[in-house]
Amino acid sequence: MIHFVVHEEGDGVGVVVVEGVKAGQELSGWIMEDDKDIKVVAKSDIPIGHKVALKDYKPGDTVIKYGVDIGKVVAPIKQGEHAHVQNIKTKRW
Amino acid sequence: MDLSKATFWGYKRENGRVGVRNHVIILPVDDISNAAAEAVANNIKGTMALPHPYGRLQFGADLDLHFRTLIGTGCNPNVAAVVVICIEEGWGKKVADGIAATGKPVAYFGIEQHGDHDTIMRASKAAKEFVQWAGERRREERPLKDLWVSTKCGESDTTSGCGSNPTVGNAFDKLYPHGVTLCFGETTELTGGEHMVAARCRDDKVRARFQFMFDRYQEVVERHKTSDLMDSQPTKGNIEGGLTTIEEKALGNIQKIGRKCMVDGVLDKAEAPTGPGLWFMDSSSAAAEMVTLCAAAGFAVHFFPTGQGNVIGNPILPVIKLCANPRTVRTMGEHIDVDVSGLLRRELSPDAAGDKLLEYMFRTANGRLTAAEALGHREFVLTRLYESA
Repeated sequence: MIHFVVHEEGDGVGVVVVEGVKAGQELSGWIMEDDKDIKVVAKSDIPIGHKVALKDYKPGDTVIKYGVDIGKVVAPIKQGEHAHVQNIKTKRW
Repeated sequence: MDLSKATFWGYKRENGRVGVRNHVIILPVDDISNAAAEAVANNIKGTMALPHPYGRLQFGADLDLHFRTLIGTGCNPNVAAVVVICIEEGWGKKVADGIAATGKPVAYFGIEQHGDHDTIMRASKAAKEFVQWAGERRREERPLKDLWVSTKCGESDTTSGCGSNPTVGNAFDKLYPHGVTLCFGETTELTGGEHMVAARCRDDKVRARFQFMFDRYQEVVERHKTSDLMDSQPTKGNIEGGLTTIEEKALGNIQKIGRKCMVDGVLDKAEAPTGPGLWFMDSSSAAAEMVTLCAAAGFAVHFFPTGQGNVIGNPILPVIKLCANPRTVRTMGEHIDVDVSGLLRRELSPDAAGDKLLEYMFRTANGRLTAAEALGHREFVLTRLYESA
């Protein structure tokens, strides 16, 4: 069972692809580009389609997804936490 | 899927283009002609009115785009014949002449000096002749290269970037070597990944034209923005679906152009391509606007990946919806033509997902109605560049 997918190795976030992920749950992930497995323990409830952090981040860090910069961290994120608009912002506009 | 001998059944039009639908449309040039156009479509069964809110006191580039979109819509090979209705005859004739250049039947009617009643009667007589004539057009077997395919995604979420958009990319990569004419756009929605599109451009000339279009749209955003666009781009629906920044949305969006196709040319809004290959069209990222521009540029089938469930359709361009989000497939299944949620369960390979979409593309081209067509989604939305005079 896959709970989340990661586009490629080195990405700092994964995408939850099942409904009902709860804090404390061990999640199995699939790194699509490299066809590898990965595991992380959720530290937040995370809705389907939302991101789980695969590493710790501090404000000012850059988040990498698809191997590319998708924005800057504006509040600390721990591995396993929900990574979204409350802690990541665009660098554009 | 071996596409080397692939064919579909389409309507070959007078100018050689091939359509997959056989519409007779009643096309108002302006907002105040909508009532007459809708009355004609109500009178004559099998015709379809395309009402819209614009066409008065536009000027300059905005007026040019208005005419280009209306004429292009009439010229689209999914349209067999056109009745144009305008408040006055001058602009009606201009639109009708533009469409008549394809060789297809077209007639135009002005309301001034006649009133709605007389205009509706005269236009209905022409529409009746057209729809009876169109009924005798026959589909014929045509090579795949005669099919023009556009794409645009909507109400995207993170599953779009890892599921439905790469499926379109896989299909585009398979169509491209067979001389199919392809199109993508959504200019602001490349923000954060524009360098990746630039790197895919065929040559420096195409790259410079792409960069010009991209920068032009960024200037519009910079000039008018009052925030970081977090209420607009990404949309509330995108954010609800888990997309956080425009960069993340853009990188998902770009998956639609696959990995192998080159960007062979750049189009202005509603501009028709001049040869096969993958074209970038400068365009809004709003679904109905962009799909209307694709229809006006002459595309015959559209791939529309969605995450959270955009329900858009178009009056003349069949919009094929694909989705990788299992929740959306469950809750909004009537809108989804191709379910690729198996991709995210590792049950469906990207190659198989691309084949599944292509198989549906052929069925749609051959006559199967898309979900949006069956549900009556006919969003015809004209892009405006600025205020009327």
